[in-house]
Amino acid sequence: MRELLYRLKDRYHFGTPTFQRDDLCFVTVKRSELRAILTELRDVEGFTHLTLLTAVDWIEEQQFQLTYMINNREANLTLALRVMLDREDATGDTIHDLWPTAATYQRELREMFGINFPGSPRVDEEFILEGWTDLPPYRRDFDTLAYSQQTYHDRPGRETHDPKTHMQKVLYADYPKGAK
Amino acid sequence: MFSFSPDRSQYPQPGPDGKVEVDLETGKYLKLWHGPNHPGITGNMSVELTVCGDEVVEGKTHVGYLHRGFEKLMERRTFIQVFPIVCRVCVPEPDFNEYCYAAAVEELAGIEVPEMATWIRTLILEMGRFNSYMMAMGGISGALGLGVVGQWMTYTRDLMLDRFEELTGARIYHMFILPGGVRAHLPEGFEGRMEEVLSTAERYLADAEKLMFHSSVFKTRTQGVGYIDPALFERYGVTGPNARAGGVAKDVRKDSPYLVYDQLDFTVHTEEASDIYARTMVRFKDLHETIQLIRQILKKMPKEGPVMGNLPNVLHWKIPRGETYIKGESSRGEYGYYLVTDGTGYPRRINVRGPSYTHAMALLEHLISGTNISDVAALMVSLHTYPPEIER
Repeated sequence: MRELLYRLKDRYHFGTPTFQRDDLCFVTVKRSELRAILTELRDVEGFTHLTLLTAVDWIEEQQFQLTYMINNREANLTLALRVMLDREDATGDTIHDLWPTAATYQRELREMFGINFPGSPRVDEEFILEGWTDLPPYRRDFDTLAYSQQTYHDRPGRETHDPKTHMQKVLYADYPKGAK
Repeated sequence: MFSFSPDRSQYPQPGPDGKVEVDLETGKYLKLWHGPNHPGITGNMSVELTVCGDEVVEGKTHVGYLHRGFEKLMERRTFIQVFPIVCRVCVPEPDFNEYCYAAAVEELAGIEVPEMATWIRTLILEMGRFNSYMMAMGGISGALGLGVVGQWMTYTRDLMLDRFEELTGARIYHMFILPGGVRAHLPEGFEGRMEEVLSTAERYLADAEKLMFHSSVFKTRTQGVGYIDPALFERYGVTGPNARAGGVAKDVRKDSPYLVYDQLDFTVHTEEASDIYARTMVRFKDLHETIQLIRQILKKMPKEGPVMGNLPNVLHWKIPRGETYIKGESSRGEYGYYLVTDGTGYPRRINVRGPSYTHAMALLEHLISGTNISDVAALMVSLHTYPPEIER
């Protein structure tokens, strides 16, 4: 793996690689070079299998991290390419022509993170959610508690108790507070 | 003798790109929803078919009936609180989620797992594989009208669920593999009771083999049907038995051994035809291999030793910033967990890579065009997909 990155580093700009295991390495690449790197790794270096494509929301740094994980099945090596996107302009480059299965991942990222992939097949169609108009739910700033409180109502006739005071009342009602 | 040759001269012809121009106004086409409540579907998903006569022109997979937002939910839980959630990502084979999550956390937190625990984990994974294959065999035979095989397989799976209950206290969601090891030792006399289950399973499988693989109806409906060109395997991310049925002898257990698979002796079975029959045959042979593996594990495993490593105080457990990917060979193909940590007490991101994600979406949509309505159920079941792991 080190040798492979060493060979490629003259032509592409890589960040500092993280060798998590002998067979797994993470490295950051430039968005403009991603397509060329993926094509070369697929066609020349035997990384023919797209294991997954997903995103991580680094909201503190105002960035999305796209992780393209590709696998060389003959040599049993997995390389994860990180691409950092500006959170305000979350647009990635589609790779569905390299791996048709990437279209599904991109459709999910569009829906769940709001990252657009122009040109990807059916990318604007609903994937899992139906009629969703709120913030994309997998973004860190989407507040699940506030959403459920606004959207759903408590069942009528159901009381909500503060666990601490309720347990005190139910279990230790006959004892003074703090006694066992 | 009855013969039926439909007149297909009025059927639509594909254009140069291989796709048919569908115009519903012509009255030649019909939209047909296959699922989500259809016996030929292994879970809560549906396929929107566009048919012309009995021929499927195109199909679109629809998921979302089972979305529970687990990946989001896990970001709001501490590392130990995630552990009861992960198994629920995949219902029929939950143990892979437990193993992959536990192994990812152990790697990033630098936790050692005792040897005894790795053997018990391997045993649990193989027991889960047994159950999953039993469901697959029952499903494929059921989709082709051999309901009795489905009942035998369900009964045999139930016997294995008894062993799960004995070992873990639960039948479906075991929550037994947790970061650091496993929860308990094997109970006394477990080996003998497991042997009873395995020999019963072998008896039923011998009968099922006669009823399925020696049946001319089964052969006619599966041989040459649902062919996946091996050239598509890489493009569509096909792994596991679906790829092995097309001659690709790849198995994560063999290629990059995890747990104690490097100390076990087993064969990676392949077929060449890459059709429904070949995929079923690969699963059938793998099921026998799993039975053999369970016996081997019980024979070779140490009889005593600790089952749990040293965990930090789980209420104040912070894991340094890092990321990793752990994979294993589930009954359906490569199963993986991508875990990202940010130095706090909560995971930053957990992504589940289930084999059904690629098999049931892009691949199924590609294969379904040009098939017959009556073959759709068998095609879907032969890919052995579980919708919960698509939408998590």
